[in-house]
Amino acid sequence: MSRYLITRAWQSALTLLLSTVVVFLGVRALPGDPALALAGEDRSPEALAAIRHHYGLDQPLPLQFARYLGRVAQGDFGESIRTGVPVSSMLTTALPVTVELSVLAILIATALGVGAGVLAAVRRGRPAEWLANGLALVGLSVPHFWLGLLAILYLSVATGLFPASGFVPLGDDPVGNLHHLVLPAVILGTGLAAIIMRQTRSAMLDSLSSDYVRTAKAKGLRPRAVISRHALRNSLIVVVTIVGLQLGGLISGAVVTEQIFGLPGFGKMTIDAVFQRDYPVIQAVVLLTATAYIVINFLVDLLYSVIDPRIRVAGGAA
Amino acid sequence: MTVLTVPMAEATPAGTTRRARVLRRLRRNPLAVVSFVVLALVAVVAVLSPWIAPYAVEQTDFAHTFAPPGTPGHVLGTDDLGRDVLSRIMLGARASLQVALLAVATSLVVGVPLGLAAGYFRAWDAVISRLTDLLLAFPFLIMAVGLAAIRGASLTNAAVAIGIAQIPGVIRVVRSDTLRLKSLDFVAAAVVDGASDLWVLARHVLPNATSVILVQATVAVPAAILGEAVLSFLGLGIQPPAPSLGTMLATAQQFAARAPWAAVLPGVVIMGLALAFNVFGDALRDALDPKGDR
Repeated sequence: MSRYLITRAWQSALTLLLSTVVVFLGVRALPGDPALALAGEDRSPEALAAIRHHYGLDQPLPLQFARYLGRVAQGDFGESIRTGVPVSSMLTTALPVTVELSVLAILIATALGVGAGVLAAVRRGRPAEWLANGLALVGLSVPHFWLGLLAILYLSVATGLFPASGFVPLGDDPVGNLHHLVLPAVILGTGLAAIIMRQTRSAMLDSLSSDYVRTAKAKGLRPRAVISRHALRNSLIVVVTIVGLQLGGLISGAVVTEQIFGLPGFGKMTIDAVFQRDYPVIQAVVLLTATAYIVINFLVDLLYSVIDPRIRVAGGAA
Repeated sequence: MTVLTVPMAEATPAGTTRRARVLRRLRRNPLAVVSFVVLALVAVVAVLSPWIAPYAVEQTDFAHTFAPPGTPGHVLGTDDLGRDVLSRIMLGARASLQVALLAVATSLVVGVPLGLAAGYFRAWDAVISRLTDLLLAFPFLIMAVGLAAIRGASLTNAAVAIGIAQIPGVIRVVRSDTLRLKSLDFVAAAVVDGASDLWVLARHVLPNATSVILVQATVAVPAAILGEAVLSFLGLGIQPPAPSLGTMLATAQQFAARAPWAAVLPGVVIMGLALAFNVFGDALRDALDPKGDR
């Protein structure tokens, strides 16, 4: 176990370092001379040289990179070019919204996906399976931002059941907070639910035809108990894996969902930054997303090497 | 060049080649037939759309803005500038397919060689796996955000961002199929026969890996279509006034109170396109599954 974890930790750390290199070089590839942009009125060679010196832009690239790493490690992402607000404080207000939205979406997707997946596997070849399969295909094919638009148009505006946009912080008004987030979370969760459903179904079909389930049935366990205690338990590892793998899709989805529902989260901050060419913000957003992906997938690996002993053995032997 | 050859190790009973069996299974699956016909029709319309669209896409008519569907002369109505919605949907679908094909081609051109190398040469595996991890850490939207910041938003950059994001998936399936094929006797026989690594990869491994590549490509296309729609909707993809299903929805959102139908149609088209690809992809995967009719 320890050897597997050490390998995975080392790999994750390396990937993390590489992603900071990518982001660092990406910023250097931006059009325009940053010194010129910062100079404003006074563009004399002396002024430009002074600016380059002040921001360390005259240093060799590796040294600049080391300094950049040092700042990032301390949570210093610079300041927004547009507002002058430190990027780190923008993140502290935006991130909780996105994290809450994503967690809600994962919960909804897991409940729907596992439920439908189990149903489809147990009711094999019957209308319930076709319905679940069909819904999953639609869930995979529907553009979620469009579903969001329709939901706002036909659920929020027409009936007034849900607010069409806006946000109330969890601490201020928990009920109002949920009321604002339910619809976006359902919309964001549909795609994930479809993927979880398909994987749960095939994992359930595999475990339902396995020897240990046959044994459980043979010893007279009720079908419900066989499904929940034996077959489903083994399928749950699938969900953990998918949530890790689909995290990228979830983040992308959250960006769009926030944009449509006007939620003041990470995604809205990202899109605004692109259109305002607010490079420090873009840089922080890209780096933070990569870090989140790498760290969470490392945790997922840890988690299922705890759940499933077969993985640690195989991983350790490799 | 034939796409599916008959590999020695997977030889089927006399008289039926694998390709014929796959085609027969597809023909017998009504969903596969329907989705294929839909896709063929869409492809024809998309290719011919510049010539068969009833109006020029950028032709405005300020006397007839927001005409509802069913208006004489404009079957699907007009938009905020009086432009014909049907014409814009036809050319928008064309743009969606363009982006999707460009994205998937990008991911295959880069991903297939890397996947083959990772599966075949042990020494390359670790390096390529780190690259895969690195690419996965940048979700397509974030990649698109970065590209748009560096190079500006455009159809090509949207396709490149989606394509790069799809590379890890291609590497993964090609790598694992290469690992499987490498262990089979006919590859070992070729190696013993003195064939070079490149020859073995090109003549024996790649042709037998085409089916997994094909399945991967059919699931990548609908994902790319949805990706293009999202990017264009956010303004990071195809730029107005060029027609795109995503930008049509972005405009429709602004005028949703006046013309709710405008928010429905482009979405239905995107969903229909993606659904047809997904259904066909599922059918293809089942038909190619050597385990037979599951």
